[in-house]
This record gives sequence, structure tokens and C-alpha cells, in this order.
Amino acid sequence: MTDASVRISHVAAGHSRVSRAEPWQVRLGTALSKPGFLAALPVGILLLAGFVGPLALVFLFAFMPPQTFSVLQAPTLANFRTIFSDSYYLSFLASLQLAASTVAILLVICYPLAIAMVRVFTRKAGILALVLAAPLFVADNLRLMGWMLFLVKGGVVSGTMQTYLGIPVDSMLYTFSATLFGLVYINLPMMLFPMILGVSMVPAQMREAAFDLGASRWQVMKEVDIPLAMPGIMIGALITFILAAGAITEAKVLGGTAVVMIAQDIQKEFTFAQNWPKGSALSMLMIVLAGSLALAMFKRVDLDAIFGRKG
Amino acid sequence: MNDFSHRATWAYGSAMAALILFMYLPMITMALASFSRSKYFSFPVPKYSDKWYLEVFQSLSIRDFFWTSTVVAIAVACLSTVLAFFGALAFARYDWKGRRLFQKIILLPILFPQAVLGLALLLWFTALGITPSWQATVFAHLVWIAPIATLVIAIQVYSFDPAVEEAAYDLGASRWQVMREITLPLLAPGIFSGFTFAFLLSWANFPLSMLSSGADSTIPEWVSAKLQSGYTPQVPAVGTLTILAAAVVMAFGYQISAFMKRRQVKAG
Repeated sequence: MTDASVRISHVAAGHSRVSRAEPWQVRLGTALSKPGFLAALPVGILLLAGFVGPLALVFLFAFMPPQTFSVLQAPTLANFRTIFSDSYYLSFLASLQLAASTVAILLVICYPLAIAMVRVFTRKAGILALVLAAPLFVADNLRLMGWMLFLVKGGVVSGTMQTYLGIPVDSMLYTFSATLFGLVYINLPMMLFPMILGVSMVPAQMREAAFDLGASRWQVMKEVDIPLAMPGIMIGALITFILAAGAITEAKVLGGTAVVMIAQDIQKEFTFAQNWPKGSALSMLMIVLAGSLALAMFKRVDLDAIFGRKG
Repeated sequence: MNDFSHRATWAYGSAMAALILFMYLPMITMALASFSRSKYFSFPVPKYSDKWYLEVFQSLSIRDFFWTSTVVAIAVACLSTVLAFFGALAFARYDWKGRRLFQKIILLPILFPQAVLGLALLLWFTALGITPSWQATVFAHLVWIAPIATLVIAIQVYSFDPAVEEAAYDLGASRWQVMREITLPLLAPGIFSGFTFAFLLSWANFPLSMLSSGADSTIPEWVSAKLQSGYTPQVPAVGTLTILAAAVVMAFGYQISAFMKRRQVKAG
């Protein structure tokens, strides 16, 4: 390469850098003239101020020295060390265990119900969906209070057993299973509705073809039904897992002190204990879990295809 | 297309009935407990009474909680409908470079546990020196509810034919005219559903109100406080009343959106 050509390429590189950097106002201008970007701005700003900002602050605080109230200090891993050396990670493990059990139970309960909604009660599916979604509009803690009155000693279950059958039944509350029960109840719609979506994505002709070719019911389920409904099943399982792992009310109302879930520990650190860095480090466990599961889901599903379906 | 045997249909039917009973059992129990005369619930209820409802209606403090819940829910519904209308157009209608990313960002708050989000917001508000109040609760609700309303309206946007808008432009309509005469009326059922959803979800929210409202408690917060100390049948009575209010809103919403759809079918 001659000197001249080097100089020219330098100039060209410099020039292109300038031309890429110079009109940032122009670039902002073109972005602002795009109706899509403009329409996204209001919600975008809301989520920046109400979701990204708070989580970024939690991230910063997680690396600050314990018991401090400023993010302008030298970063440290002390909080994570405390979490893993003390027994703080136990609440995280308990939450994961409860969430996994919730997902497993709901997969078994909801699959036949989704089949019923899509294939048996086809004509009544709309009104059934409305009836099943309506409880979502009643506060979680109110519905869990209803279960508390149902399961408490002297409540509906134990009162019925005692009065009509003469069998004394103790309170069924304040155990690991009671918390699990609450998680299953509250998250049932989160599993059911995505699963209905998944089951309705299985083409009827494909099932008929499989039956015509001599496949058994079990084979059709294993080879056709479940693989083709997988996107819906996956979404349901992931949403349920994340929401159950980060739940707080179920453990408070039905679980008493039998299980401490991670969100309870975070709340304690942020409120009574006033240890923001430790609470933030515990929150980071939850944020990383939810974030990685959400990313895994986004890789596999086409959102346009899911929400674009009519009905 | 129902290729199920009589017996299988019957089995699926009873499973469905059991599911509906399961979903509503706690609400039924709560209604039962609210009519129990004695302070502590026992089953079968020995004596019924409506005195707890009378106490609730006379209590000025409970009236305040109802008022706060209503104001917050109306504010959240109005604001999130406006945000979600534009958000849904960006989500489903326009082709633009950041759309795929935007769709994912909209879903993230819905996929995040509300209790943990509420705690992160508590830290955020405290760090910024914002005092907990009903306005802070409105903001906290919006972070979760505006994305849901966006999805609700986006579903309607997907079924909307952009050619209608283009035809109007070709006939010389201005941007504002197209918005007012074409886009808004065609999307009206979805916008209305988004509004109703937002109202009901805010009305029923506990985890996001819990840490943001300060002295301006909502009904679910009052219930939570009463459950921890001082249960009386006033608690299930208030619970039953909030459920009735939600049911009325839902029934009205359902009727109005059915009416809107009928009118659209007639006009189209």
C-alpha cells in the first residue's frame, strides 16, 4: 500500500466515522418520524422509569457493602458471600422446590382440562374461559383467606368431618403442603390458558391421519398431541415457575412459618432489617432466574403467532 | 367434530365442573363466613346474621379504603388505556426496527413476580425520596397493568386490516381524521376490554399496593392487616362486597363489549 492510499483510506475512515456520528439529531429525527417508535415511546418511558430503573438500582445495591444506603461505594461481593455462607440460600431453594412442585402438579391437572376446553366443550369454550378467568379479578389474599377458612380447624373441612362423620380433623394449615396448595390454586389459570392455546394449535387432521395409520391413543398423545402443543405447555410452565418462585402471599396466609420463601426474606431485608444491599443481592437471585427463563422462552416462541391468533 | 364417547364426555364434564367448583370454593366459603354471627368462623355456622355488613356500611374508615381502591383503579385504568393504545399499535400494527425487542420488553413485567417487583419499587421510591402514597401505588400498578392492557388491545389490533386506514389516506383524510374516524372506532372493543381489565386488575391488586401506598391503604391491604391481627367477620364481608363490585363491573363490561361487537358487525 502506498502512502497516498493509506492516507486516503484514513481520510475515508475518518470521514465515514464523522458521517456516522454527525447526524445523531437526524437519526433521532428519523426515529421520531417512524410511527412505530413514536407509539412505543409512552409505555417505553413508563417501563424505563418503573421497571428497568428499579431493577438496575437493585443490581447496583447488590454489590454495595452491607447496611449501607448509597450506591457510590466500592463494589463488593460481601452480600453474596453472606447469602451462601449463612442459611439465606435455603429460602431460595425452598422457593425453587415449591415452584417445581407447583409446575409438576399443574401440568398433570391442566392438560386434560385444556383438552376438554378445546375439543369437548368447543362451543362453550368462550363462556367457560370467562368463568375460569374471573377469579383473577379477586385479590390473591382474599381468595387465600377463603381457603384459610375452609381448611382451618373448625372450618369447612374439619367441621364437616367432625359434625357429620364424627372424625376429628386437625387444622390443615401452616405446613409446606398448605403453601404448595395455595400456589397450585393461585397459578392454575397461568398454566391452563397457555395450555389451551397450545392444545388448540394441534391440527385435527394430523390426529385423524395418525389414527388412520393405526396409531394407538397413547401413541397419538406422545407423538402428535404433546409435541405440537409444546409451545403453549412451555409458556405455561415457565410463567407458573417464575410466579410461584417469587410468590409471597401463599406462604404468608396458608403457610404460616412452616416455609420461608425468598420474597419473604427480601421483604424482611428491605423493611424491618433495613439492609438494602442484602435484600438486593437476594432479589438478584430472583431477577437472574426470571430473566434467564424469560429469555429461554423468547428464543422458542414467535410472539406474533401467539397473540395474532384470532379469538 | 366431537369424536368423544358418551362416557368420555361425561368424565370431561365432571372434571370441568370440579374445576369451576375448586376455583370458586374459597369465595363461597368467604361469603358463608361473612354471615356468621359469632366472631370466629365455625362450620356448620351455628347462627347467621347480617350485622357485620351493617358495621361495614357504617364504618367511615372502611369507606375510605373503598374510596382509595376506587380512585386508584380508575386512575390506573385511564392512564394504562392511553399508554396501551399506542403501545398496542407499536406491538402489532406498525413495522419498525425495534418491534421484536419492544414486544419482549412489554412481556417482562408480566413475567416477573409482583412481590419482588413491588420490593424493587420500594427501594427505587425510597432512593428517589418519593413518599409512599396512592399516587405511588398508581405508578406501581401501571408498571404491571399497562403491559397487560397493551396485550389485550394488541390482540384486537392484529385482527385490524391496515388497508382500511390506507384507503382513508388515499381519499384525502388527514392523520387526525384517520385516527378519529377509522382507527379508534375499529379498535374500540379492544380498547374498552383493556380499560375493564386494567380497572379490575388494579382493584384486586395486593402485592404492588402493599409497599407503595403508605397511609393510603387499599381494600386488599386492609384485609391483609386484619388477617394478621384482629380477624372479625367484617373481613369476609368486605371481601364479599369487593367481589360483588368486581362482578358488576365485569358484567357491565361484558354487555357493553358484546354490544360494541354487534354494532361493528352491523356497520361492517
